[in-house]
Amino acid sequence: MNIDSIKNGIVIDHISAGNGMKIYQFLKLDSLNCSVALIRNVNSSKMGKKDIIKIDCDIDLNVDALGYVDPNVTIDIIKDGELVEKKKIGLPEKLTNIIFCKNPRCITATEQELDNIFKLTNPEKKTYRCIYCEGKAE
Amino acid sequence: MRSVIDICDLSVAEIEKLISTANDIIENPKKYSEKCHGKKLATLFFEPSTRTRLSFEAAMYELGGNVLSMADAGSSSASKGESVADTAKMISCYADIMAMRHHKEGAPLVASTNATIPVINAGDGGHNHPTQTLADLLTIKREKGRFDNLTVGLCGDLKFGRTVHSLINALSRYTNIKFVLISPEELRIPGYVKKDVILKNGLKYVETTELDAVLPELDVLYMTRVQRERFFNEDDYLRLKDSYVLTPEKLKLAKEDLCIMHPLPRVNEISVRVDDDPRACYFKQALNGKYMRMALILMLLGEL
Repeated sequence: MNIDSIKNGIVIDHISAGNGMKIYQFLKLDSLNCSVALIRNVNSSKMGKKDIIKIDCDIDLNVDALGYVDPNVTIDIIKDGELVEKKKIGLPEKLTNIIFCKNPRCITATEQELDNIFKLTNPEKKTYRCIYCEGKAE
Repeated sequence: MRSVIDICDLSVAEIEKLISTANDIIENPKKYSEKCHGKKLATLFFEPSTRTRLSFEAAMYELGGNVLSMADAGSSSASKGESVADTAKMISCYADIMAMRHHKEGAPLVASTNATIPVINAGDGGHNHPTQTLADLLTIKREKGRFDNLTVGLCGDLKFGRTVHSLINALSRYTNIKFVLISPEELRIPGYVKKDVILKNGLKYVETTELDAVLPELDVLYMTRVQRERFFNEDDYLRLKDSYVLTPEKLKLAKEDLCIMHPLPRVNEISVRVDDDPRACYFKQALNGKYMRMALILMLLGEL
């Protein structure tokens, strides 16, 4: 299977197999006008199988959202057909308006202009808690 | 601008400082009677509470300051849909410090990020109530003389009881505290308090549904009310409200120097016949709350 390499854009690599579509939807990549390739179940020496997303244009990625969905991904920045930057994401310390508090007693339930902010409280268990009510993210 | 939203916003050293100041206020009230002269405390209570509001107001008056009081959210601009953020900005124009109680968890935190004056959380729903915890800590210190090597029983509504969660948070910073968690199955303490607070700090706990069985080993017994307003379902409230009632007969099992505490108001979980027992500390605890609020106001206004 051949997918053209990209000239200026982003490759999201090392996505755990099965998470590609989730990331595609989370980042709302369907709204882009440029070429976007979602490649699933690619053979990987490290991961066995992985997903890859190639975006053939320069966009502002919501890195926190990406890290929340799959902290193992790497981002490759491509300029003029060359790899100019490679970064690992990891779990973000703070999430702003990426997930939303479900606690009906939380202030965010009534004051909807407030940012929904969650902090990472247990990296091992990937636990995030609302900064207002300390409710656990579901 | 320094605010106190959670008891853990205060370090152990700061709590020690507040306790020593409160003890000094008790010994030398005149020394503090003009410390806040010309300063105003705004009390914003969006949820009914008489004692906490009056305690804050008494605290400010005894420091020589003045009080702007909003006791009824129905009469405030909140009923017209004003946000907590806007209310905090507005109150910052009029007062030097504010105490806020709100039925929504996190509201005082929102206020503190928008206010230009210190904000004290006077209780946010079932979440935090740091000044109650300060009252509890002063009571334990005055009655037991220490915060370590204690067996502390917490009884009643441990699921929604914000005072219980805050007290556990505060005491977990000391050594060799054993918590005895006494509640009906439905009102057990949330798992994260056990894992992320008690166990994380290397402390021990036991959970039980029986008060009588554990009473003899306790140094402190913290009783709580099963609160009607925390239930969505009236039937659940009626079924559970009488689960634990402390009586003089039960207290025969307890240590002679037990310290019986309660954040008040009580409904019937401590019989009035216990009030004359020298081990009953809950009214002293309410008074201690005023002294700790005085100390906290002084600290946040930079007067310590």
